[in-house]
Amino acid sequence: MSTLSQTTEVVDPVPGAGAPHLPGQPDLVQLLTPEGERVEHPDYSLDVSDEELRQLYRDLALVRRWDVEATALQRQGELGIWASLLGQEAAQVGAGRALGEDDMAFRTYREHGVAWTRGVDPLHVMSLFRGVDQGGWDPVATRFNLYTVVIGAQTLHATGYAMGLQRDSAESATLAFLGDGATSQGEVNEAMIWAATFSAPVVFFCQNNQYAISVPIERQSRVPLYQRAAGFGFPGVRVDGNDVLAVLAVTRAALAAAREGQGPTFIEAFTYRMGAHTTSDDPTRYRLASELEEWKLRDPIARLKAHLSRSGIADAGFFASVDAEGDELAARIRRGTLEMADPAGTEIFDHVYAEQTPELARQREEFVAYHASFEGGHQ
Amino acid sequence: MSTETLTIGKALNLGLRKAMEDDAKVLLMGEDIGKLGGVFRITDGLQKDFGDDRVVDTPLAEAGILGTAVGLAMRGYRPVCEIQFDGFVFPAYNQIVTQVAKIHARSKGRLPMPIVIRIPFGGGIGAVEHHSESPEAYFAHTAGLKVVAVSTPSDAYWGIQQAITHPDPIVFLEPKRRYWEKGQVDVDGTPDPLFASRVVRGGEDVTVLAYGPMVKTALQAAQAAAEEGRSLEVIDLRTVSPLDLAPVFDSVRRTGRCVVVHEAPVTLGLGSEIAARVTEECFHSLEAPVLRVGGYDTPYPPSKLEEEYLPDLDRVLDAVDRSLGF
Ligand SMILES: Cc1ncc(C[n+]2csc(CCOP(=O)(O)OP(=O)(O)O)c2C)c(N)n1
Ligand SMILES: [Mg+2]
Repeated sequence: MSTLSQTTEVVDPVPGAGAPHLPGQPDLVQLLTPEGERVEHPDYSLDVSDEELRQLYRDLALVRRWDVEATALQRQGELGIWASLLGQEAAQVGAGRALGEDDMAFRTYREHGVAWTRGVDPLHVMSLFRGVDQGGWDPVATRFNLYTVVIGAQTLHATGYAMGLQRDSAESATLAFLGDGATSQGEVNEAMIWAATFSAPVVFFCQNNQYAISVPIERQSRVPLYQRAAGFGFPGVRVDGNDVLAVLAVTRAALAAAREGQGPTFIEAFTYRMGAHTTSDDPTRYRLASELEEWKLRDPIARLKAHLSRSGIADAGFFASVDAEGDELAARIRRGTLEMADPAGTEIFDHVYAEQTPELARQREEFVAYHASFEGGHQ
Repeated sequence: MSTETLTIGKALNLGLRKAMEDDAKVLLMGEDIGKLGGVFRITDGLQKDFGDDRVVDTPLAEAGILGTAVGLAMRGYRPVCEIQFDGFVFPAYNQIVTQVAKIHARSKGRLPMPIVIRIPFGGGIGAVEHHSESPEAYFAHTAGLKVVAVSTPSDAYWGIQQAITHPDPIVFLEPKRRYWEKGQVDVDGTPDPLFASRVVRGGEDVTVLAYGPMVKTALQAAQAAAEEGRSLEVIDLRTVSPLDLAPVFDSVRRTGRCVVVHEAPVTLGLGSEIAARVTEECFHSLEAPVLRVGGYDTPYPPSKLEEEYLPDLDRVLDAVDRSLGF
């Protein structure tokens, strides 16, 4: 096992060591340095207005505020679990804002930031983590699929959906989110084969946050993930996942190519999971605090803030107003979560089939009668 | 004699440690089982002591875990595969059902498959989707696999060692919501055989069968029933495939009544097979049909509803009442 890294020729930067803005990662697309300096890239340009820049900042700050509130609510026993997006705001907002209205996104359990950009009410995400339902939003209306927890399964769904778009000559594409760990799953590799074979309009958006729970990326791949795309026969690109502008530009370009019939792209958003895997996890068991400190210097929100302040696009008043909006959002999320009604027990039986079977109808009746038999009834 | 008080989780940890000390061919494979010690800490400290060659953090790919376990077993290793949660065994299902289960027969016994597939199973921990499933019937339905479910620290400690030394592939089900429950383990004692059921509480009126997490529920029901003057005999099946039903038949011939309890949905669950077998063997002694208490035929619900989905003491007693009232 330990011999693997010694014989590896292409060495992926050690997480935390190969700072994305430093030389040595010439393959990394970046438009905003960690210091907040706007830079150009030969292949990816981005035309954004000052208003759009402020809007992106607002997105980033608000999803982080939501995330902080959700973590607190879990700690207080109001959620069963929470999968924090801390540190991945730019990857998610950048990708989410690149989506066209008719594009469809397929996600894992961590893309609350993308949910935000799709206009999904945060309370519909909270209800899932509270254990009230499996996610309350309408995946058809929002063009934002429900959470897929089985690692990698959604990449095939995204590919099939893209094949449907293609058959219908629809001018839209799908965006499939996945993690670095997910790239090891057979189904993900099948998805890439299908996407390539049928030239499906799907973009694989991999947030390489350096870990699959405790397992570092080196255990999943001995080459940078984006390089795998070449083997499947489509382009792969590594983007600075903490640079919302670069993510936006790269994802926009990939989606545009897909819509134009050029087939799939694999995007590796190079980022870092700054928090625990979920609130059930204890990262001190498997990684050093110094690594987190390194990555804090590349914080996705701080760099946009620096850029906006330095270039005079936003002033202290703007930042204060976003903070206030964040507090209001957090208060609304808290209130809504605490007020969320528990589901009725009979919901277990609803929607299992398009039309309830006689046997299930019988079980439902039995369930109702059983609960009614208790004095006062639980029902 | 050295008796220790251990949780089920710790008993498994010590049992795995013992198995690794006893046989250098024993390998642990799974996601996050090394430094992290597994999400339930069942392998805590084992990588530190046995090295990352023997406690292997695998890539995130369950088909890979079971498929490579087959090859390693062919080379004489004894892979013990951890599936992180019940709902994530399905990417490996193909390997388990089409390969692991059949290779012994296919090779006329030349290729034994001493693979243990550890799965934390069942609900009750307030988790999101796919973390609370009871997939035992899929495996019990597959010839070539054996399936056991432990319910006590002592069975956990001994059972995992017995499973690892056993020549056939075994799906080893661990009642995740009971990982933290304590009990006595006599680490110098002689364990009961792995594939044997056990009467855990004697009684006369109704025979209640359970395994894994439901054994405790059945015992609680028996306690509550006793307070109302009814005497339940509780049998911990312990082995789901092969079933050890001789003690069950003996019991039902005395009580005339039988209730089977499991978390898995009732339709085609283990209870269905047991009901058929008990009916065949004890037909003339039965005073009531064999009743099943289990999950409903629905997907496992969101956690706010799991208490209403899972069999509990009241639902067991309700079935007992129905059996007695027949
Ligand atoms: C098939 C499957 N196996 C195991 C798990 C348990 N699990 C949940 S998240 C996770 C790690 C995923 O890592 P990655 O793909 O990098 O995504 P990240 O959590 O870092 O966003 C694992 C192993 C699962 N959900 N599905
Ligand atoms: Mg990851």
